[in-house]
Amino acid sequence: MAGNTEPLSPRAKLAVTAGKAAAAVSRAAGRGSGSVIGGRVALKLDPDLLGALAQHLDVVLVSATNGKTTTTRLIAEALRASGPVVSNALGANMPAGITSALAGGGDAKYGVIEVDEKYLATVARDVTPKAIALLNLSRDQLDRAAETRMLAEKWREGLAGSKAVIVANCDDPLIVWAASSSQNVVWVAAGQEWKDDAWSCPSCGGVMQRPGDDWYCAECGFRRPTPTWALSGDHVLDPHGSAWPIRLQLPGRANKANAATSAAVAAVFGVPPQVALERMYQVQAVAGRYDVVTFQGRQLRLLLAKNPAGWLETFSLIDPAPAPVVLSVNARGADGTDTSWLWDVDYPRLAGHPIFVIGDRKLDLAVRLDVAGLDFRVCETLDEAVQLAPPGQIELIANYTAFQDVRRRVGN
Amino acid sequence: MSDNSLRLVWVYPDLLSTYGDQGNVLVVERRARQRGLDVQRVDVRSDQPIPTSGDIYLIGGGEDRPQRLAAERLLRDGGLERAVSNGAIVFSVCAGYQILGNEFVNDMGERQQGLGLLDVVTVRGEGERCVGDVLADIDPQLGLPQLTGFENHQGVTHLGPTAKPFARVRLGRGNGTGDGTEGAYNDTVFGTYMHGPVMARNPQIADLLLKLALDVNALPPADDRWYEALRAERIAAATQPA
Repeated sequence: MAGNTEPLSPRAKLAVTAGKAAAAVSRAAGRGSGSVIGGRVALKLDPDLLGALAQHLDVVLVSATNGKTTTTRLIAEALRASGPVVSNALGANMPAGITSALAGGGDAKYGVIEVDEKYLATVARDVTPKAIALLNLSRDQLDRAAETRMLAEKWREGLAGSKAVIVANCDDPLIVWAASSSQNVVWVAAGQEWKDDAWSCPSCGGVMQRPGDDWYCAECGFRRPTPTWALSGDHVLDPHGSAWPIRLQLPGRANKANAATSAAVAAVFGVPPQVALERMYQVQAVAGRYDVVTFQGRQLRLLLAKNPAGWLETFSLIDPAPAPVVLSVNARGADGTDTSWLWDVDYPRLAGHPIFVIGDRKLDLAVRLDVAGLDFRVCETLDEAVQLAPPGQIELIANYTAFQDVRRRVGN
Repeated sequence: MSDNSLRLVWVYPDLLSTYGDQGNVLVVERRARQRGLDVQRVDVRSDQPIPTSGDIYLIGGGEDRPQRLAAERLLRDGGLERAVSNGAIVFSVCAGYQILGNEFVNDMGERQQGLGLLDVVTVRGEGERCVGDVLADIDPQLGLPQLTGFENHQGVTHLGPTAKPFARVRLGRGNGTGDGTEGAYNDTVFGTYMHGPVMARNPQIADLLLKLALDVNALPPADDRWYEALRAERIAAATQPA
């Protein structure tokens, strides 16, 4: 169905035009890119617009708690090997933002779409995707988000009848539960460091056994499926057993996992892994994440970590001690207003690093680090933290709005 | 407490540790060690028996299905009730608090039997979920400063005649009954809706549990600088909402 074979209906055309006008007004008013408001106006005029826009595209949806923006970028780069791509690259991942991104798609052949976890089932129904990539599910913003297992259950119900190829991480039991009702699943052994949301069996509630990389429920037999793709160190193993080297500018194990999943997705679209992986090298920073910036004559690497699983993966990619670390945590609406999750983060792993703490909730973090027995300094501003930090590239780890604050301050 | 070693038991982290509940364990452990106590921390998974010889038992919050499973397994195990009859101290939060009561409503909408260690009954609230910062005055008999915490629950907990309110809210909903009560306690068993985690914002509660376990009236001072700074900030934030 690729290519603009069928034109949009007059109603859909009108909706796209109205959406673009609203976005322009929003931009002129200095309220950001306007993509969300534009999409909202357009969807109101034509509720079927999302489906109509996607009709001309081969679509892959990407959802997860962590890594969806980066993986969306990696897949988009990979698929460009075989045709033009439209993507909501900036992370506007609810129906309005997706609609707006697709409306600007021109003559794209592929749609690579990041979807917020809560909207995956709805969007999957509207756009009839060819593939859906499911990376991981873990606790996030507990003051307002759905429970993780409930989310997995909703995905399971929503995806049960889908014709899409589900490319799913077999190392996350919640993902396996969500995907295993689908007819066509490609399992990827992508790993998952964080395990604390899957100690009880999503199927029967039994206690999960987790020897080594394996996992299974001794009560009902729900267990890790055999993968056809796998991340193995710095390589992706494809279904034929060939190992393809991963070369990324993005750091860390989690991004290698994202690359492995992206290679498996690319294969669904006929792009061979070596071509896909080579193209992924292009991706540098994703919406400022992983960017190394110069600020006050110092090098800062900007790392986003929004929840315990994200912090865990981030700790494993930072330079070893004594690299200085600046931590920033806020608890505004977009972050979740409950800071309890800080106590699920394994901060003792920062032992040996000089630590500087900033952000709206620096005192919550101070108590957390104090109880962990770590040395740290609480600073009023990023500037102060950077001035106090000993030599070396500074690893800056921040949660969502704290990360935006830092980007603004360093002019990123 | 036997010899000089405090046995600190964390009940079912595989099911009831969704809201940073490990924090309460870490704070109690840290403050005990700062007072020169030797601490034996025992994390008990829900497929293991609850030891009956612990001094302090901590139970955290969890989602609805894990709560049902935890209550079933605790009731079947019976170890926690035996520990309490041996004089153990239990401090529970949110879903854990509801489990210690006589009854709560589970994820299937059914009334489920609790452990009966606190004379409370929890029903599902009809109104909006209680979410946000809380400020409350703890029962003066316990001699503790103001309670600061974060609540996030749908349950409404009614206290029976033998349960005393742990605190009375100034801001927030607490037990959700509209009478201003927050949490419940009875001798050595405590329940609260406060996350934060509650010990991080109220280390005096950790100290109260230690004093009860050691059977002393006072503890050597600990460095409370960061706790006090956090407390002051959260209390100010709760009283002057943005």
